[in-house]
Amino acid sequence: MDFNDTSEEAAFRKEVRTWLDANATHKSDDKQSFRARNDDPELLKKAKAWQDKKAKAGYARMTWPKEFGGRGASPILQVIYQQEEANYLVPLGFFDIGLGMCIPTMMAYANPDHLKRYVKPALHGDEVWCQLFSEPAAGSDVAGIRTRAERDGDGWVINGQKVWTSGAHYCDYGIVITRTDPTVPKHAGLTMFFLSMKTPGVEVRPIKQISGGANFNEVFFTDVRIPDSQRLGKVGEGWKAALTTLMNERLAVGLPSGGLDIDELMELARDTELEDGPAIKNQQVRGKIADWYVQQQGLKLTRYRTLTALSKGQTPGPESSIIKIVAAPKMQDMGAFAMELMGPAGIMKEEVPHAAGFQAQWIGGAGFRIAGGTDEILRNIVAERVLGLPPDVRVDKDIPFNQLGKK
Amino acid sequence: MNFDFSDDQKLLKEQVRKFLADKCPMKVVRRVLDGNESFADEVWKGLVDLGVPGVGIPEEYGGLGLSPLELCVVAEEIGRAAAPVPFDTSVVLATEALKLAGSDAQKKKWLPELAAGKAIGTLAVAEGPQPPKPRNVLTTFGAGRLNGKKVPVADGEAATFAIVVAKTSLVLVDLSQKAVSKKRVETIDPARKHCEITFNDASAELLGGEGEGWRLLERLYDAAAIYFAFAQVGGAEAAMWMARDYALQRQAFGRAIGSYQAIKHKLADCYVKLELARSNAYYGAMMLTEGGADLAVAAAAARIAATEAYDFASKENIQTHGGIGFTWEADTQFHYRRAKLMALSIGGPMAWKDKLVTRLEQKNAA
Repeated sequence: MDFNDTSEEAAFRKEVRTWLDANATHKSDDKQSFRARNDDPELLKKAKAWQDKKAKAGYARMTWPKEFGGRGASPILQVIYQQEEANYLVPLGFFDIGLGMCIPTMMAYANPDHLKRYVKPALHGDEVWCQLFSEPAAGSDVAGIRTRAERDGDGWVINGQKVWTSGAHYCDYGIVITRTDPTVPKHAGLTMFFLSMKTPGVEVRPIKQISGGANFNEVFFTDVRIPDSQRLGKVGEGWKAALTTLMNERLAVGLPSGGLDIDELMELARDTELEDGPAIKNQQVRGKIADWYVQQQGLKLTRYRTLTALSKGQTPGPESSIIKIVAAPKMQDMGAFAMELMGPAGIMKEEVPHAAGFQAQWIGGAGFRIAGGTDEILRNIVAERVLGLPPDVRVDKDIPFNQLGKK
Repeated sequence: MNFDFSDDQKLLKEQVRKFLADKCPMKVVRRVLDGNESFADEVWKGLVDLGVPGVGIPEEYGGLGLSPLELCVVAEEIGRAAAPVPFDTSVVLATEALKLAGSDAQKKKWLPELAAGKAIGTLAVAEGPQPPKPRNVLTTFGAGRLNGKKVPVADGEAATFAIVVAKTSLVLVDLSQKAVSKKRVETIDPARKHCEITFNDASAELLGGEGEGWRLLERLYDAAAIYFAFAQVGGAEAAMWMARDYALQRQAFGRAIGSYQAIKHKLADCYVKLELARSNAYYGAMMLTEGGADLAVAAAAARIAATEAYDFASKENIQTHGGIGFTWEADTQFHYRRAKLMALSIGGPMAWKDKLVTRLEQKNAA
């Protein structure tokens, strides 16, 4: 057992480091504060410039086929690139949904002309894509969406509302799942399309989150007309297309899970005085530090197991399905515990060193436990796909969508 | 990145797994639990034939001279079967203690016997009610004579020799002499028999330096924590699948109970804890094999995660079974008992959590 690269991987890592050194600033050379960097109004512009640079160098989506700007490379090389990139100050995150989910769905269903038109600008960051799935009445049960698409000549007219759409306020295109036939059971009446977010009738309203930020949006569709050529997959087979999207989850295994590091919590516990001395000497505090350390290590090492499979060209086991189930509550609980250690000052947004970071974990953790699959849905997935337990009973399974809830 | 066992190691694991599935099904565990025998002799003999006691013993001392990784995969299978054999005592604790602290003469005498299955060793630390600490260990050793009483001693009946903590030193004592008396004590896990052992001027010898006992014990426990972690991972996995199989078969309110989220989420949590434990155990195995600087931290993390995983899976296995799971006839009790025995036998989770944070503090200060 070892954590070493193969010679091919090591050579690639070296190549990547050389390229990153020449093109980006290492985090250890950072002079700017976290807040200043994240509040930068030019962030998207900078992210697009970085994405373009990356795409030109062939690092943006290495696993994609060459015809789409990739290298047809093994996933482990993409992970190595991401691991190295994470050490540099580069604006990331704007293209993950588009390149990780939307464009792969396009590759599966769009015609060659459309692929020629849309893939390259997306890869180079010129156009950003979003995923228009969730609705006010359909979150975990996304097949319960109500946004309608109705035939109109050789096109479609879309009416309805999407919600929690990350990045819709700066996105240029989106893939949207709609209900085209409400007279059949819910999974059977869906159809997927893509469209320009500038299409008349599309209105984006940012949602202010409890963190104060506004990364996601409501998107309203009022008589939005699109041609039939923008349909992805067959009419009534939108659920199949949606599964394609959801299965193309981004290759995040090589990246840190984010959240508070145990060293930061230990530092705080050393510096905090409780009744009997430093908090780090308190047995309750030590017990919690130990539990979270074991989780943090467990997640990191579980990723290493997945990377091992990728490195050997094998299909990873299901072990990575535990990651968000552990990481999200840990983020929330560690942030909350750190605030408690700080005493009354833990609630203050200013003047207290580190408080802002801990509070951000505590607030952000509440959202992380929901986003991209709730704690509960993820447990269902482990129970069903890993342990082979039966799916939940679906009382709406054989009932036409427009008859649901009626007696 | 090569954070996995090799094909050869997986093959060994599969071989031990098949042997135990065949020769040590749950009814064998039950036989020992219900009966009078010290351990399942025929299972142990089979394991000896497979070379299991000698896996980690160097070839010069009659063993197979394999790495800790091989012993880890064996431990996982022993744990999966909840096998009633002196593995954790003889193959792990006594063998590792000799490797760690034994003189060449001691190794020459005992390791070949251990490898051949002719000797069975155990470790005797506790002396009754208090968790063993230097201040409450009263057993003494001087002028080659051992005096005192140790209880509980796992596999005390089966053992032919013991490594004993006497005040501040480790002492090796042959248990076949008259100055040693054994008395069986009842414990929560009758599938693993325990004893009270009294030493009355028993002839013994130092293992390692005088006054080095507790320091050696800590190092021994670090290695043991990792092997135990693999056994606990194996046990946790077995308990999880036992619960899952029952949840698929048992009907309530018109459907399998495994279709209810209360059961699904509980079993998903078993899986989450199991995988955290497995990953931490792998790292422990890696550190043990390389003698890495992170060994002390990795051992504690492996121990904590594995104890948690086995405890959770074994108790939720009973819960998933409902009333039948609480009966003597059910197989659920074996893992519940073994999980607690393993959790307490080289220090419980509270002690290991404290140790882990101490070690993290040392690591951060370095």
